[in-house]
Amino acid sequence: MISIFQNYGGELLTGLGQTLLCSIIALIFALIIGSAFAIMETMPNKAARIIARVYIEVFRNIPLLVITMFFYVVIPMYIVKISGFASGTIGLTLYSSAFIAETVRSGIQSVDPGQMEGARANGLSYWQSMRYIILPQAFRYVIPPLGNQFINLVKNSSVLAFVAGFDLMYQANVIASDSLKSMSTYLCVGLLYLVLTLPLSYYMRHLEKKLA
Amino acid sequence: MAMIEFQDVQKYYGSFHALKDINLKIEAGETVVLIGPSGSGKSTLIRTVNGLETIQKGKLIVNGQDLANKKTDINRIRKNVGMVFQHFNLYANKTVMENIMLAPRIVLHRKEDENRKIALELLDRVGLRSQAEKLPAQLSGGQQQRIAIARSLAMRPKCLLFDEPTSALDPEMIDDVLNVMKDIARDSDMTMLVVTHEMGFAREVANRVVFMDDGRILEDDSSEKFFDGEPSNERARQFLGKIITH
Repeated sequence: MISIFQNYGGELLTGLGQTLLCSIIALIFALIIGSAFAIMETMPNKAARIIARVYIEVFRNIPLLVITMFFYVVIPMYIVKISGFASGTIGLTLYSSAFIAETVRSGIQSVDPGQMEGARANGLSYWQSMRYIILPQAFRYVIPPLGNQFINLVKNSSVLAFVAGFDLMYQANVIASDSLKSMSTYLCVGLLYLVLTLPLSYYMRHLEKKLA
Repeated sequence: MAMIEFQDVQKYYGSFHALKDINLKIEAGETVVLIGPSGSGKSTLIRTVNGLETIQKGKLIVNGQDLANKKTDINRIRKNVGMVFQHFNLYANKTVMENIMLAPRIVLHRKEDENRKIALELLDRVGLRSQAEKLPAQLSGGQQQRIAIARSLAMRPKCLLFDEPTSALDPEMIDDVLNVMKDIARDSDMTMLVVTHEMGFAREVANRVVFMDDGRILEDDSSEKFFDGEPSNERARQFLGKIITH
């Protein structure tokens, strides 16, 4: 294992960087898009609810790999050429946003309906009530399941390996076939994934305690 | 002009007829107590006044605006009509001070120092200044309800709605809340509509008592006539007999 780190340090570092970059971009956008659809799903407006429902059901029920290949193969054929890294990141964002939407929706719906009534009766508009009263409480409820979604997202970024995204998993395959040391290679890479996910997991726990 | 006026109002939940032929006029400055058995439509009626429930037929004019009209800006009505709930509905994620200051800040754009000053005065008025920095969950039910009243008053409304404000409280805390309500009823030209079973409160401060059953208003009397004379409606007499002997 040590020899893998010594001989392929550059590749592993690139892989770690690409995986981290993809994860951060996807996490930010999936959280924004997912929250938007979660809010739409709880709105009084029926059209908004239907649009959100369709989006969520489509993206959480199609395999991540299929969504990613669509952006890697189909979109460049008809619309615009995008890199493997971009198509993987877009695929991961859309896929994860559907799960995050479901998580955030459950958080919004677990806030006592009296909170919204109190706010509306107090003179706040629907959006002001959401922003100041409902969403802060909803996010507090969903930190633990949201942590799970974030960890899944980091691990799912390995989809980049299929579209030449130069991430950790991609480098692992390259190193394994080059060095012929499959076991140590994949152990190394597994270890590097832990380096990314364990701090995230720890941080979410910390956040949960802090806000409880 | 009347502060609140119901004209032939009908309210349905699906096929259930919750409010039937409601006609009721409440003048500015009046205190009206609404009583009746559970399921009689009192809460539904009071919740239509600030648009938490919609009506299907008739006219409901509050502070000069018709709530049945879709063009009416409900947020504008709610600036002038406060509401106090059975379960308080204080903002669980905000301190007592923030509960009181939030709506004046973001809805009325009241300046921060003035907002704070008004909030502290209101806390004095409800006797809870020492609790200013606590969260609602750290307070007793009676304290929470007094904060909820302060929160409504901070908007400087013309009218306050109380939906069973003491029903969820321990007996010992009810008086603290009722005293604050009596104080509001007495010393200002506030219009108050109160759903309650507190007959002592009704007798002491209400100008009128309205009795409802099965979605209808059956009796609308001055409180003297209601308590010292006799309600003309048989069902109202029965109800009054039962709750007063308790």
